[in-house]
Formats: sequence, structure tokens, C-alpha cells
Amino acid sequence: MCLGVPGRIVEVNGLVATVDFWGIRRQVRLELVDQPVAPGDYILNHVGYAIRRIPDADIEGTLALYEQLLREAESDGDLMVADVRGEIAAAEASRDER
Amino acid sequence: MRTLVGDERILMKHGAGGRAMRRLIEEVLTEGLAAGGRPGDRGLKAMDDGAALRVGDQWLVITTDSHVVHPLFFPGGDIGRLAISGTVNDLSMMGATEVLGLTCAIVIEEGFARADLVRVQQSMRATAHEAGAAIVTGDTKVMGRGELDGLVLNTTGVALTDRVVSDAALQPGDVLIVTGTIGDHGFAVMAARHGLALDGALQSDVAPLNDMIRRVLRAGGEGVVAMKDPTRGGVASSMHEMASKAQLSIVIDETAVPVTEQARAASELLGIDPLHVANEGKAVIGVRAAAADAVLQALHAHPLGRRAAIVGRCVEGRPSVVLDTGVGRRLLMEPEGEPLPRIC
Amino acid sequence: MSVDAAVRQLRFRDPAAARALAAALGRVTRDIGREPVSVMHVCGSHEQAIARFGLRAVFPKGLNVIMGPGCPVCITDVPEVDEAIALARQGVHIATYGDMLRVPGSSRSLADAHAEGGHIHVVYSIGQALDLARSTTGEVVFFATGFETTAVTTAAVVLGAVPPNFSVLSAHKYIPPVMEIVAEMPDTRVEGFLAAGHAAAITGWGIFEAFVNNHHSPVVVAGFEPLDILAGLVRLVELVRDKQPSVVNMFPRCVSRDGNLRAQEQLWRVFRPIGGRWRGIAHVPNGNLRLRDEWAHVDARRRFTIDLTSLWDDAPPTLAHQCICGDIMAGIKSPSDCTLFGSSCVPDMPVGACMVSTEGTCRIWHQYGSAS
Repeated sequence: MCLGVPGRIVEVNGLVATVDFWGIRRQVRLELVDQPVAPGDYILNHVGYAIRRIPDADIEGTLALYEQLLREAESDGDLMVADVRGEIAAAEASRDER
Repeated sequence: MRTLVGDERILMKHGAGGRAMRRLIEEVLTEGLAAGGRPGDRGLKAMDDGAALRVGDQWLVITTDSHVVHPLFFPGGDIGRLAISGTVNDLSMMGATEVLGLTCAIVIEEGFARADLVRVQQSMRATAHEAGAAIVTGDTKVMGRGELDGLVLNTTGVALTDRVVSDAALQPGDVLIVTGTIGDHGFAVMAARHGLALDGALQSDVAPLNDMIRRVLRAGGEGVVAMKDPTRGGVASSMHEMASKAQLSIVIDETAVPVTEQARAASELLGIDPLHVANEGKAVIGVRAAAADAVLQALHAHPLGRRAAIVGRCVEGRPSVVLDTGVGRRLLMEPEGEPLPRIC
Repeated sequence: MSVDAAVRQLRFRDPAAARALAAALGRVTRDIGREPVSVMHVCGSHEQAIARFGLRAVFPKGLNVIMGPGCPVCITDVPEVDEAIALARQGVHIATYGDMLRVPGSSRSLADAHAEGGHIHVVYSIGQALDLARSTTGEVVFFATGFETTAVTTAAVVLGAVPPNFSVLSAHKYIPPVMEIVAEMPDTRVEGFLAAGHAAAITGWGIFEAFVNNHHSPVVVAGFEPLDILAGLVRLVELVRDKQPSVVNMFPRCVSRDGNLRAQEQLWRVFRPIGGRWRGIAHVPNGNLRLRDEWAHVDARRRFTIDLTSLWDDAPPTLAHQCICGDIMAGIKSPSDCTLFGSSCVPDMPVGACMVSTEGTCRIWHQYGSAS
């Protein structure tokens, strides 16, 4: 029960949600979250309260951010960075297949 | 001169298996005692899981433990199974897998439910049977209500062995194997004790390991050079002791350490490192590199060793335990006391 | 499916991506052409993540990533700890987050009070403190420590149904004012700030715009996974290199410009900011959060008469005047500059803020060594 940890909502009962964290379920309170949440949504949990809803798309958005960073940083043609970007792209491709 | 209460009183950290406990043992409990004992025996000075006393051309290995786990019944086990497994495993860690006999002394709090006592005894009996061992003598005491928290069990075990495996004989080049997933027991007990409402299947791994270790010794022979069971203080404590006694550095590959999803979840939620958490059905085995494959094979063939993995290697260097996290490197601390969940 | 979540998590710890980002960080740092480049983060959770994943071993040599006063345990002051201990000695049940247990007050810690017979309960959530209050007839005080991210949960509870034997001892702190203090310290060398992603999830990143305009120091909001931290630092050092004082949000999955308005509304309905001492750092205007008057009935300070004097009887001579935690948190000094570090000030017997908590600079240096 700790620093902001992301979890997936399984069930909502009024102001309490059952949230799945890597397979473990916990009760999380909803007094603070500022968007309506439903089963399937990801939330950020902090000491037992959902403080934010994490839109799925934003996770991809963050990874895209890192991609861009690497692209910009790679302007001197660092080969290793190119290799790594290839690895990230491959990982994304296999994830898309799931 | 600081006069914090900790200087005068024993605190919970002194029982947690980490540095504070080690210092208490060195400074107070074994003070003046190491000089006793027969020459040739391996007793208090070695501070190993048990003592090895020379009898003829064999060693009599003897170990003793007191068990105060709370709650008494936890997912995956209970204090009875813990007591028997703990003692059998301490003997096994010294290379003594053929248990001659176990003792059991019980101190019971007035008001303790008889039905619970029966449950505990049945569990001890079943576990001893699993280990091919017998409880041959014991003692019983009752203390007044409130003078004791439920139940304290003490078990002693004796076994004979031709070769004693210590925890002090690692050399640079040796590899370190853990026999399975790490942190199961500690996280299961933490969840139960603190009412963490971690509604997942966190189960203690408590089990007697002598059968598995027997096969390890058969497969690895003299290539098995050090063994410890990572109970209180976890794998981190065991690694620190082994590194310190052998005067070398151990590098652990964090990504290779097997952890169940449930324990990983508990670790993330509580902010507690699985390497600091107690295990009651696992061993850390130091092996000469050439024998590692044979030992791994023997472990994987055993029901209690399916997730065994090489997690570390020994290198020259000042005594330390280094953790390679995959994204960086750092020293792995020796736990101070009871692991506590963090505030953020 | 839980596998999904695991996959997402691991993508933020991917070793290959981390190596690439570390290499990029090395390049932008060298681009600046002088050493050291100093940036500061103000979040104990950032330092925890940096330490836990061993990231300092991969930071470039010329980059100084300083931990600022962002450890909520470290900056909880002696009198505040004493208040909780005094209440415990008066027979009150104290519910506290775990890592406040060992923080020394003037003569003892809550752990010591527990050893002496006090009713100290470690909780992981204020909800557990409420459960405790419902299950006992005795008075229960929740020792409310932590920054705004945690304070909002206390606020939510105060605004809800609270058992009559429950009250709150607020030691909550508010981070933005202390960034001002650090930026205004005369000897400060900090050129940019990494802001805490979770606090910003509540407050929004817009609150940093005034700071950036006043101090011409870039701020990057970053998350807590290794890739979040490395990417955040790359961005921050780029802004320093390009002399661009702006706010950049590198944690868009959790942070928006305005933040969580609902949580903010609850926070300020329950708490008011007052100036106060942060342990190791002098006075922080508006840095402390106290319950507003309308919540006096759940304010432990107003429900009880807290007698601190009994704790001073056996207070040891203070080494505090030799403590340089304030300078360390500002990035002016390092633990090795401190005469007490490792000798009179060690984890078992901490003197200053930085040695108290597992997130404190000195504590981390002491346990991990200053370099890997």
C-alpha cells in the first residue's frame, strides 16, 4: 500500500472499487478520483485511494514520448540507439499481436 | 552520549534476522561462550545454522530453534509445520539430511484453545513424517494469560553426516543458486498479520527440504560448498553472511531471481524487497561452477525445486553484495530489522 | 488481465531502453560542456526508485542529481514527532505510517514509545486507522504525515463519517513552497527541477509555471519507473542546455495541466497552509498543512492537551547544531562534508533529516556507498 501504483478496476461498489494489482486484489476508495471509473479502467492508487484514472492511450503516449526522445538524441547517428529502437519496435509489434 | 531507549532495551529489530540481531548475538548472547566446546567441533565461533560435533569419523549435527510466528495459522502453513521444517532445514543446510530425532518443547498461554493445539500437533506430526523424522521427546509448560502470546515452540534436531557443508567456504568463481521462488513465506505472513486484505493467493512455502538437499548433495558432491536457508532477513542476509565469511563479493542478477506474481505484487504494494523477506522452504546453495548444471538438474527434478535458478556469482573483492538491477547497479543492503512498509 | 498490467509495467523497466536513455543522458550532459551540471528532484519516491534500481551507476559522471527536501519522513520535525509520542504516553492509540516509526523526537522515537508500552499501530492506509477506531473504545489519533498526495486522503476521511474517538494529528507538508526556498538559497547551484509525478497528478503541472517564470529554472514532471526517470532527466538536461526555462510534462499518463480538481477542492476545504519548520530546513512559508477551524472536533491538537515537557527531561545533548542537512538538501554540501556523517550520525542513531529515512540522502549514501 504505497506510492502511486497502477491497477485495473475489477468491480465498483459505490465509493469502493476492487482493483487488480498484478493479480492481487485490493479495495481502493474512490472519494478522490475526478473521473467516473468502470471495470476495465486503470487507476493510480495511493495509500488506498484512487487519485487518478489512467487512460489506456496515455501509456502508449508515454512510450511514444521516450521514442521521440531517443530519436532526437540519436541525431549523431549512434548505432546502439538504433538497435535499441529496433528492439522497442519489435516489442511493440508483438504486443499488438496479443 | 546518546541515551535513546534502544541502548537499554531489546527491540523487535533484534529478532528480525538482520544486522541488529547479529550484533546482539555477537555482543551479548555468545559473549564469552565461543571458547567453550571441544577442539575440532564447529560450534558458536562458526555461527552457522547448527553445530557439528565430532563423533568417531562422523559429525553429529545439532540445531535448535524457537518459533514465535504470528498468526499461528497462516496461508500455506502454521507454527507446527514451521517448527519442524525449520529444524530439519537447518540440519540439511549443514549437509545433514538424515534426521535422527527431533524434540519439541511447548510453552502455552493459559486460555489457548485445545482444538488449536491439536491442529498444531497434527501439523508437526505430518511434517515430521514428510521429512522421514520423528519427534522423540519434548516438554510442556503453561504460562498465565497475558504472560505469553499464544504459543512458543522450541525444536531441536540431531542428525549424523560424513561431511559438513558450512556457509563459509565460497570462492571467487562459485555460483549461487536459489532453490525456488523468493519471499513467499514472509509476504504471506505479513499479509495475514497486518490484515493487508491482499486478496490474492499468497502462500507460505514452508516445507522440509532434506529430501531435495539429499539429491543436491548426491548430484553435486564436493562441488556443493556452502548452503544456507534464507529465513529471517531473507536471501540478502544469507548472501551477506556468506560473503562476509568467505571475504569476497557476491553479484546478484536481480532479473534472474525467481519471484511469484503474487509476491511481486506484495513487494510493489508494500515497498519491501523480496530479497529481504523470509523464506521457509528454500535454500541458497553455493556451488563450484562446474557442478552447477548437475545441481540445477537435480533441483528441477524435485517438486520443491522446480523454479531453482542461478542468481549470483562470487567475485574477488571486499565483502559486499552487489545487485545488478538490469537498468543499473547498487549495493544490496543487509536488512536492519523488521521490514516495514513505506510512506510515500 | 493481470498479464497485461505486468507487461505495461515491464515496458517501463526494459533494460535495453534504459541503456539507450542513459547513453542519451550522457550525450546531452556533455553537450553543455562544463561539469558538474546540477539538477534536483524533490521526491523521496524518486530517490527510492533511483536507489532501488541503481540508476546512479548509469548517470553520467558530469551530472549531479541531487535529492532535495522531498522525503516526507525526513522533514517531519522533532516537535511533531514529540506530539505523537506524548499522546502515546497519555494512553492514546497512535496510528502511523510505518516509516515514521524510527524517526527520533527529542529523546525517543515512536518505536521506543512502543517498546515502553505505548499503543502504536502501523497502518498502510488511513482507512485502517478508522477501522482501529471502530474496534476500540480508546481514543485513536492518526499521525498524518506525508505530502499533498497523502494529505488528500486524510482530507477525504475528515470529510466523511468519522467515529467519535478518532482524530487527526496533522504533520502534512506541501512541496511547492520548499522549491521556492531552495531556488532562493544564495548558494544554490540547482539548474533545474524534476517534479514528483504523483503529487502533480493531484496539483496539475500548471502550478509550476509561476515558479519557472520567477526563477528561470526548468521543471520536468516525471513518473517513477526507471524509464520515466531517465527520460525525465534527458528532457530536463536538454532544457538546461538550451537555456529554456519551461515546464514539461513527461508523465502525461497521470498528469494534466489542471490536475485532479476534485481532490484539490477536498484538500483545501480541510487544510490550510501555515508556515512552519521542516526538519533540517528552517522556516517554510505555507509549507505545513493544518486542519481548518471547522474541523476542530477532529483535530488532535485541539481535542487533547499535549504535554511535551515530560519528553524533555531526558533529552540528550543535541548535536543538531553540527547538522548540515539543510545544505545537503540544497545541493551545496554532500554527506561526506558532514562531521557527524557515519560516526555520530548513523541509521541507528540519526541526528539529521537526511539520515532518518530510507529516502534520505545520507541514509542512502551510508547504506549503498556514495558510488556503485
